[in-house]
Amino acid sequence: MRSMIRMSSKNNKRNVGIVALVVVILAAVAGGYYFTTMNTTQSTSATSIMTSEASTMMSSESSIMTSATMTETSMASVTSSIAAYNPTTPVSIVGAGATFPQPLIQTWTLQYHTLYPAVSISYSGIGSGGGIQQITAKTVDFGASDAPLTSANFAAAPGLVLFPETLGGVAITYNLAAFGITNTTVLKFTPDVIAHIYMGLITKWNDPALVALNPGVNLPNAFITAVHRSDGSGTTYAFTNFLSVTVPNWAAQVNYATSVTWPVDTKAGATGVGAKGNPGVAGAVVNTNGAIGYVDVIYAVSNNLAVGAVQNAAGNFVVPTLQTILYAAANATGTPNPADLRLHIVNAAGPQSYPISTYTYILVYRDMSANPSTTHDKAVALAHFLWWAIHDGQQYSSALIYVPLPANVVAADEQLLMTLNYQGTPLLTG
Amino acid sequence: MFSSIGARRFKNRLFVVLAALAFLLALVPLGSILYQTIAQGYRVLNYDFFTQITPPIGGSGGGILNAIEGSLVMVGIASLIGVPIGLFAGAYLSEYPGRIAYNLRLIAEVLTGVPSIVTGIVIYVVIVATLHRFSALAGGIALSFMMIPIVAISTHESLKLVPSSIKEGGLALGISRSKTLVYILVSSAKSGIITGIALSVARIMGETAPLLFTALGNQFLMTSVFDPAASMTVLIYEFGTAPYPSSHAFAWGAALILLLLVLSLNIVVRVASRLKPTVPI
Amino acid sequence: MQTEVENIRARQRARHHDFLRTILIIAAFAMPVIAALSLYALLNGSLDSIQALGFGFLTSTAWVPNPPNGGPPILGALPAMYGSVVTTLISLLFAVPISLGIALFQSELAPRKFRLPSIFLVELLAAVPSVVYGLWGILFLVPFMSKYVDPGLVGSLGFIPIFSGETNGLGMFTAGVILAIMIIPYGAAVMREVITAVPRSQREACIALGGTTLETVRMGVIPYASTGIIAAVVLAMGRAIGETMAVTMVIGNVARISPSLFLPSETIPSVIANEFTEVAGNNIYLAALFELGLILFAIAFIMNLLGRVLISRLTFQGGRSANV
Repeated sequence: MRSMIRMSSKNNKRNVGIVALVVVILAAVAGGYYFTTMNTTQSTSATSIMTSEASTMMSSESSIMTSATMTETSMASVTSSIAAYNPTTPVSIVGAGATFPQPLIQTWTLQYHTLYPAVSISYSGIGSGGGIQQITAKTVDFGASDAPLTSANFAAAPGLVLFPETLGGVAITYNLAAFGITNTTVLKFTPDVIAHIYMGLITKWNDPALVALNPGVNLPNAFITAVHRSDGSGTTYAFTNFLSVTVPNWAAQVNYATSVTWPVDTKAGATGVGAKGNPGVAGAVVNTNGAIGYVDVIYAVSNNLAVGAVQNAAGNFVVPTLQTILYAAANATGTPNPADLRLHIVNAAGPQSYPISTYTYILVYRDMSANPSTTHDKAVALAHFLWWAIHDGQQYSSALIYVPLPANVVAADEQLLMTLNYQGTPLLTG
Repeated sequence: MFSSIGARRFKNRLFVVLAALAFLLALVPLGSILYQTIAQGYRVLNYDFFTQITPPIGGSGGGILNAIEGSLVMVGIASLIGVPIGLFAGAYLSEYPGRIAYNLRLIAEVLTGVPSIVTGIVIYVVIVATLHRFSALAGGIALSFMMIPIVAISTHESLKLVPSSIKEGGLALGISRSKTLVYILVSSAKSGIITGIALSVARIMGETAPLLFTALGNQFLMTSVFDPAASMTVLIYEFGTAPYPSSHAFAWGAALILLLLVLSLNIVVRVASRLKPTVPI
Repeated sequence: MQTEVENIRARQRARHHDFLRTILIIAAFAMPVIAALSLYALLNGSLDSIQALGFGFLTSTAWVPNPPNGGPPILGALPAMYGSVVTTLISLLFAVPISLGIALFQSELAPRKFRLPSIFLVELLAAVPSVVYGLWGILFLVPFMSKYVDPGLVGSLGFIPIFSGETNGLGMFTAGVILAIMIIPYGAAVMREVITAVPRSQREACIALGGTTLETVRMGVIPYASTGIIAAVVLAMGRAIGETMAVTMVIGNVARISPSLFLPSETIPSVIANEFTEVAGNNIYLAALFELGLILFAIAFIMNLLGRVLISRLTFQGGRSANV
């Protein structure tokens, strides 16, 4: 007994540890509870990246915008439903998918949260392949993909529909800063040259083909590190689609998909590197002297990387800008059909079209109750957000070098969004 | 020549120097990590860092509030599940030794070696796919899967160290077996048990792989445990692999906070138990 | 002779005891349930891949989840397994001597005052989260290796093909170095425990014969503890193979068997981490990742089991039981 008493007096120091641990665990639980209830008071001081292109591009687009044609009755009821929308119960919506539109979508969700503090829409960039996978597995409320879904994809997810929410350009970016070539020097690339680089046939920057295209530039005698995606990517889809359409050799050997086998990885003497997501590819190019990669334009620009000029179908070398991407969209899009909104604008005709432009799509179930964890409140909130995104949300696009949707595409999207329902009840009216 | 006294003494001294060098060599990366994390991370710490949510990718401003919340909630869930189960399991191993307990202990030790990413994909299949939702709950359960064997083993070890005379004294006084266990054995082994629990909390606070496919991530604060959750570890991974210097700065800042939490928990607990070496898990 | 009250009390105590025992048993069996559930989920998930790709999965180097002309995926685990094995071997190359040195320092050589603080400091190394290692790795170690270490190695050892080629800091070598740092505390702790468990009589005999500390250690202690040291190496190996985050962030993530240590590669955990969320409805692809997880689980399981069995064999040899 006495030894027990002696032991307990020694334990005084240890009681500090006990109390500390109990406090930590209680704090964890209490903190979680507290934070979840103080949700509505978050402020949004985060800002998005701005570029100087925005101001010059905005004015030239007004000529292309025309007014949408819509049946007056359904539009009126939708607009009044939107105006009356005032959610009070907090809803938390989950989306996941492409990193290509991630800067824009995350800006949207942040702005939407400022407008409607009860609605939190969290978007995670896991790649287009991930977006398709997770919406098919019904673990998220909406997905996003730059790669248009194949019939196999649709078969695996009955009831899934897609619509484009924005469009952008895939830039060819490179890092030759260590060799004295800054990001103001715009190198010219033909589809052949790009394909040969990624097939490991052109391994050095001063290869005759590159020198011939860029006579005024002192290209170094350095190895090219070809950076590509390691994950399933819609950006890869657009890039390889472009190469397949323009270079027969590529179509035969590699073809196009969200994830391909890159010959440059296995060819002796050539160096290929895989990176995850658009940010990963941009980071790899930033960190590797002599690297080349393909990313959405904003990722190259915001990292002060050089952007190359790519030869389009008309034979001109074009740099991806808001204007040139818009030309591609204008020249390639017919009348979008709400039943199938997959729009192909790669290698579009037109003298100033940027050839590696692509739409990017949001994936949802037409009947949102298909996902058991999507409640009616969430479905209503999501539908309203998507409507906002293709209208008011488009004002945030240009600053991030995404082109605002052409009017006919918006009209087709509107038709599709009006068919979104929850067990039959339309989400945007009533 | 090499067996003369002088040569042997020289070899001995060389050995001592090399062993000491090995020790110092191991401290170099520790020092480098601490220095880098503090030097790069402190710049980003301000009021906003702790009270704002994460900015869109490549954006400026914002903070890591959602990540801190997510980490705390998931560690809390994991502890609520893992600590009682681990405690009781460890108590079973010490109270009823035998063939079953020996094998259970072996299973526990093997479970501590299971790569955390495997736990992540198992929970994805078992919970995320069935609930159709990425959630903090799934992340917490994944973490608890890792916590239970660690707590069980450390509880078992601590209870083993209590002299049997104490237990026998209790039983001799007529106290029932369960009361003996709870009031006498556990309170004698209190410090070791708490050390084990604290170290396991520190360990799972630093886990990333199990959270990648279970909690996904969240730009905003959660509204319930059924929402996806950001966490400091996943934030460090995502922002660390992004190309933007502003993202890197945030990653260092979050790493600083995480390191402070984990290391101070380790230090407090070890110092309180007089720096006794713990069971290597 | 018991009274009524004593009878009732005795029965109550017995019931408490049974109640306690039930709770404890249920809690204890949570662990085999977790193990069984994990194994079942992994097996179930990899069925499609095992059926479609068969044994060739383990020997193929191709990784074509979406073949260009349609058709089933052609997937092989060999590049990932190669990367895992090579990075683990590199990490052991650095970690085993250093761990042994540290363990000997802590158990034999350190002055008594320094012993506990030195153990404490090395264990702090184990407390650093893996993703912080990865962050330090990708933002500090990779540029450091690419500027100072890799060119030197290529310059001096470049004639060996495995050391040749372009370097940018990413690759199996850097991953091996980070792994080594991460498993040193673990290996050192286990080695220290087995060395301390060697009975004093062994050391005293060597000292009585006039041996220096080095000779005592070399001839008296290490042979006795050799099984335990091997066990420590095996356990550390199991740890290194399963490490995910730090390796994923510095290994470069390319699905091929890299001819050089300095070229980007991949390991089994890095493949799963990178590709799990995005298998795009491709059942065989998803199942192949589960099969990789199963392989990883099996390797880690075997390593752990082997290590623990070796240690328990050591304790039966006599002497104090090692506290592991």
